[in-house]
Parts: sequence; structure tokens; C-alpha cells
Amino acid sequence: MKLPLIASNLLLIAALGAAAAGAQSRSQLRFCIASDPKTFNPLLVDDDPGETIRYLTGGVLVRLNRASQQLEPGLASTWRVSKGGNSIEFTLRPNLRFSDGTPFSVDDVAYTMRQLMDPALHSPSGDAFRAGNGQVISRVIGKDRISLTFSVPIVGLDKLFDQVAIMSAKSPAKEMAVLGSYYVAEDKAGSYLVLKRNPNYWKHDAHGQPLPYIDSIRVDIQQNRDIEMLRFSRGEIDFINSLNAEYYDKLVAQSPRTAIDAGVGLDAEQLWFNQVPNSPMPAYKKAWFTSAAFRKAISASINREDLARLAFRGHARPAVSWISPANKFWFNAKLTAHPFNQKAALESLAQEGFKMRNGTLYDREGHTVEFSVITNAGNKYRERMATLIQQDLAGIGVRLNVVTLDFPSLIERITRTFNYESCLLGLINNDLDPDTQMSAWLSSGANHAWNPMQKTAATAWEAEIDRLMHLQASTIDEKKRKQAVDRVQEIAWQQEPLIFLVNKNALSAISPNLRNVLPVVLRPQVYWNIDQLALDTKGVYNR
Amino acid sequence: MKCIRVSAIVFLSVLSLACLFADFLAPAPYAQQFRDEPNASASRQHLLGTDDLGRDRFSRLLYGTRVSLLLAPAAALIASVLAALVGGIAGFAGGRLQSSVMAATDLFLSLPWLFLLITVRALLPLNTTPVTSVIITFALLGCLGWAAAARVICSSVRSLCSSDMILLARASGSGGFRLLCRHILPNVKPVLAAQFWISVPVFILTEANLGILGLGVAEPMPSWGSLLRELESFSALSSQPWQFAPIVLLVVTVSCFHLALRKQELWA
Repeated sequence: MKLPLIASNLLLIAALGAAAAGAQSRSQLRFCIASDPKTFNPLLVDDDPGETIRYLTGGVLVRLNRASQQLEPGLASTWRVSKGGNSIEFTLRPNLRFSDGTPFSVDDVAYTMRQLMDPALHSPSGDAFRAGNGQVISRVIGKDRISLTFSVPIVGLDKLFDQVAIMSAKSPAKEMAVLGSYYVAEDKAGSYLVLKRNPNYWKHDAHGQPLPYIDSIRVDIQQNRDIEMLRFSRGEIDFINSLNAEYYDKLVAQSPRTAIDAGVGLDAEQLWFNQVPNSPMPAYKKAWFTSAAFRKAISASINREDLARLAFRGHARPAVSWISPANKFWFNAKLTAHPFNQKAALESLAQEGFKMRNGTLYDREGHTVEFSVITNAGNKYRERMATLIQQDLAGIGVRLNVVTLDFPSLIERITRTFNYESCLLGLINNDLDPDTQMSAWLSSGANHAWNPMQKTAATAWEAEIDRLMHLQASTIDEKKRKQAVDRVQEIAWQQEPLIFLVNKNALSAISPNLRNVLPVVLRPQVYWNIDQLALDTKGVYNR
Repeated sequence: MKCIRVSAIVFLSVLSLACLFADFLAPAPYAQQFRDEPNASASRQHLLGTDDLGRDRFSRLLYGTRVSLLLAPAAALIASVLAALVGGIAGFAGGRLQSSVMAATDLFLSLPWLFLLITVRALLPLNTTPVTSVIITFALLGCLGWAAAARVICSSVRSLCSSDMILLARASGSGGFRLLCRHILPNVKPVLAAQFWISVPVFILTEANLGILGLGVAEPMPSWGSLLRELESFSALSSQPWQFAPIVLLVVTVSCFHLALRKQELWA
């Protein structure tokens, strides 16, 4: 009699254990980030891991839908930007609470804005709001309504609130009290973080079921991408948000359903010539680099299709403009990628006085056309591109010397000493609004790569770009802004101060167990709809 | 043991000849990109397949071997000459000069080599041809790699100076320069030779390390370091075993250098 009893107890324990294991695996999402987040204060985040945690935990008044690229209501059910563009009024959802139970009110919005604009805090998220004198006036209109007024009009004002996680003014937990779908429950520095489902999260699905579906998230700190990939192959993590081309191809070979190519992304790779007048470079080289005909000839001699196909294994597209085609609204669709045409390039160079003799190109004064391109060491994609460009340019008799430098040395050369001839680097774009690239396009900007911080624009076309960029920044009329930005793209396409090479595709790896995934090109590509994601142990792949 | 040593010497000789005649043996120029055949498998046309840019791996291996195998001894020679000068003078002079030179040598040894190389490489002129960049890289290795050998030489010279042989030479009226040239240098020659041969694989490996960091020999010129970069990601290891050729060659060559040395030279 005893034996069957013991056996049945053992069976029960085993079944319970299995059920518990199943429940746990169903309810915990796992993925990796490269390092510990520097801070949990959402207003001070300036690193990728911090951005990840802010996205998962922070509650925002409005949220940019990464798929439709349109704003959607968040903590605010409605919002309205004033005609002047310097004021915005939010109507908040009633009866919301922070993760620790503290009630959410308009005072929290006012407190967050005060913190955000506090010059002593140096909030990176606040930079976009600091036009004019950097003051904001918060006016509580009613129990659930608040108006925020800035000293000058701010373009794309409502979209900026996608980055502002609201903090509690009263909670003793301070920044750890959150309004997002998860809260930080455990932080083991250098090892992992556990985020748990926020019991007070406001969102429900169409059937009235509270969101998010997944109970907890374990975020492992893993700097080594090889190990991350290995862990994904073993099923220990559920997704890799951003994948390189090699890993993507390997996944396609192993398990095609897990490899996702969401299409062309926002990031661009580009090459530019040093046009700084007082750079330590011979005058004849400065003359080449400031000549639009020379730049265009070099651009026409680069086979962008081959760059995309060979350097990125086909997971990139020839770039057209400083705005990627993935940016649906702002990209100028009239423009096309510069065609690969070395014959036309040589004809154009001949008109400028360049001559080809014995396979070598000489300028009007008889100097051999030879220059160097610097890029950051260790980035194999850029090194591959540089090598391909080297061979392409050999086709028009140009000798290109590829130099790989450690990143600090490279930055020193392109921003301080200007001791370089050309540079190949990438542009990481997180924002859709072109206003965030003012510093790159204004001739007075510190990030105006080819000739930064000019007192007055060196060329007429740069002056025109300055005018257009100021114009788009001073009006909230989207149509006028679009026209101005389109024209800037046209000028950049004609003058080619930056030779845009390719736009990389957004690649990711997603476990078949993860449901409701809609990978997109905007960051965060995989978990942008984190509150909708669900885990399924049966391996049903629902996308 | 003698048989192994002979085999190692034969292997190194054959390898040296193969890379010297790379122009005739290589099926394609090392920089030529067969863009329609990237990542091709091993075939008759491409014995070790092609790399990401469609370059023939076998040709690149031959030329890369030439670069690494010819310039590493040159760098070792620079390092050995510097070590002989610094260590020899310090050991012969003795006293305060020896203490201060050896303190400087210790300081040099304590410097993080790799970072030092990266920094010095970053300070060099940008517009250098790939051939010049190769020479600069190995010259740098030679100029920075003398310290350990200098310590050994100094110690050998010091012990020689206190030997009966030198005492006798002094008693016979030999002066400083004559002592150094006629008595001390010939006697530290085996130590110097050992240091030279030990340095060769060290410089090959250092260049390979720099190449893996992307800071070695400039494109499109190949070296073992740049060829080894293909093995960076583990995903590359599974499907194309011929990609291992550079690392196999590196390991075998470095081993042969050690085997080729006489036991007493190695422990001198």
C-alpha cells in the first residue's frame, strides 16, 4: 500500500515540478545587452543598455508606433500642440498608478519637466527641448490636464515626448517607481537584471486582459556577441535585437525561421573628404576635395551595389541620401542612388584638367591622385568597404591608401587636428525627425563632418543648406518643413560633401516561441511592442 | 631529435622558397577581387577558396607568408642589434651605468606593448603605401622588442667580465674596445643568436595580434595577421575548414623555428 502512495506522491511532485518549469519558461523572456546600464534615472540615460531599460520600464505621455511611425496615446489619452508650436496640452488617463502604487497625476508631469529642463541635471533627453532660454512653464488646467509652454517654438514637439519617461514626484522609490510595462526587480551588476511585470500598468488588450502578457524579463549582461549567438542557438535567450550579416547568414542556414531581415534601416555608411581650410594638407589636395566635380567623380566610381553585396552579404542597400528610405515621411523619394559609371567619372575629371597616364590619374599640375581613407580598426564591414573602394578607384587611376586607426585616434583626427584626407564612418540614426541632425548640416555645427564650425558658410550651397535647415526648424508646418528638408537632400545629392554608400538592413534573431512579434527597422526593432509579446512553449510561430 | 630538427629546417626552407617565388606559384594577384565568386569553396581554380571579397586565399596565403616570414626576421635582427648594443654596453660598463640602463630596460618591459604599438601606429603618417606600412609595422616591432633580450645579453656580458678569461686578457694589456670586440662579443654570439631566433616567432605572433585588431599591415597587402581575421567569428569555423590554413601554417612555422634551434641555443 505504501509503495503506490510514494509512487503517486513522486509523480505528483514531478508533475508539479514540470508544470512550474513550464510556467516559468512561459513567463520569462530572456535576452542580452552588452553592458550594465549606467543609470536607472530615465532622464540621464545616454547609453544603449540604459535606453533598453528605459524603454521597457518608462511610461511616456505619447508613444511612437515603430511600425506605422505615427504617434499613439500613452499616459496621455489626447494631446494638442498649439498653433505657434511652443505649447502642448496633455489630457492624462485617470486613476493611473506607478509600479509601487503611488498615484499618477499632473504634478508628476510638471515635476518630470522641471527635472528635464534643470541645467544642473544635464539631461540628454532634455537637450531637444532646450531651444530659446530653456525655460518651460507648466500650467495645471484641471485634474487631468496640463499645458507645457516653451519660450520658443519647438519642431516636432509632440514626438519628443516619446523619449521622456515620467517620474514620480512623491514616490519614496524615486526613479525606480515607473509607469511602463515592467519595473526593475533585481539588479546583479555585471551579471543580469530581472524586470517584473508592472501590476499597475494601464494597458489592456482587446479582450480586457491586462498587459503585458509576459511576467518577467531577464536581461543578461553579455558583451561577447559570439556567446550571445551561441546562447540563442541553444534556446537560452529568446531574441537578439541587432544581428550582423555573418550571424544572420549562419542562422538562415541553421534555422531560417529565426532569422529576420526587416529591410533597410536608418543607419548609413558614408565617406567624406576633409575640406577644412587650415588642415595640414597640401594645397593641391584641398583643391581636389573642395571640387564638387572631383567628389562626384569619386562617388560615380564606387560600385555601391558591390559594397552592399560583398561587404554586407547583400543585407544593405545603396544609399541615396542622409535620410534613409526607411524614414517614410522625410526621405526624398525623387532621388535615386548615384549610378556606378567610371567612364562618366573619367570624362568629368578630364574636364577638370585631370589626365590618365599609364593607369595613373594626374591632376592639372601633374600630381599623382593619391589619398588616404581612415576608418576605425576592428570594424570589418568598413574595412571591407574601404578595400572594395580601393579597387574601384584603381579603375580610374586613383591610388587609395586604407588606414585603420583605433577609435580615439580617429576621432582626434576628424574633430580636433583635422589631420586626415578622407574618412569612412557610419551614421547611427535613432530619430526620424531631421531636426535632430541640425548639428551635422549647419555649417556652424560641430558635427558638420567635412568642415565643422565655420564662422560663415564657405560655399553658396552650404549657405543655402543653413537657410533651409533654419527654415525647417522655425516652422511647425509639416509641409513647409518637408519641402525644406527635401531641398537639403537634393543639394547634398548634387554636391556630395558626404558620399553616401549604403544603408544597412535591420537584422535580428527571434525564437519561434515568441509570439506577436512585428520586427521593424526603428529601434528597438524586436521588442518595441513589448507589452504585446507572449511566449509559447509549443513553438507556435505567430507573426 | 636530429631528424625532427632537419625536418623543421627543410620545412622552413621550402616555405621560404615558396613565398619567395609567390609571383610564379600564386594563381592570381593577392589583391585581385573576383567579385562574382565571394566566399567560394576550395576548387581547382581557388585551392583554398576565396574570401569575402572574392580574393584567392591561396595566393594571399603565399604573399602573406612572404610578408610575415621575411620581415619578422628583419624585425628580430633590429631588436637583437639594439639588445646587443644596450645590453653589451651596460654589462661591460657595470656599476651605475648598468643599474640605470637596466632600470630603463625594466621600465620598457613594463610598458603595455600592444597599446604602445597602437599609439605609435596612430601617430604615423597616413599616406603610406601598403609596402611602406608593412615595413613601418615590422620596424616598430623591432625597435620596441629589444628590452627582454638586452637583459639577457647584459647578464651574459656581466658574467663574462668577471671570468678568468677576461681577467687574463686584461692582465695581458687588452683595452676596453679590444676586450669587447675580440673576447666578449664572440662569446655572447650564441646567446644573441638564440635571442634572434626566439624573437622571430614572437614578432610573427605580435603582427598577427595587431592584424586581428585591424592595426597591422594595410589592405590590400596580406599578412598572417590579416588572414587570421577571417577566423574571428565562430560562425566561420564550421563550414569552410580550408580557412584554417593560415593558423595551421602559423603554428607549424612557429613550432619549426623552435625545433630548428639547438637545445643549448634555446636555453643559452
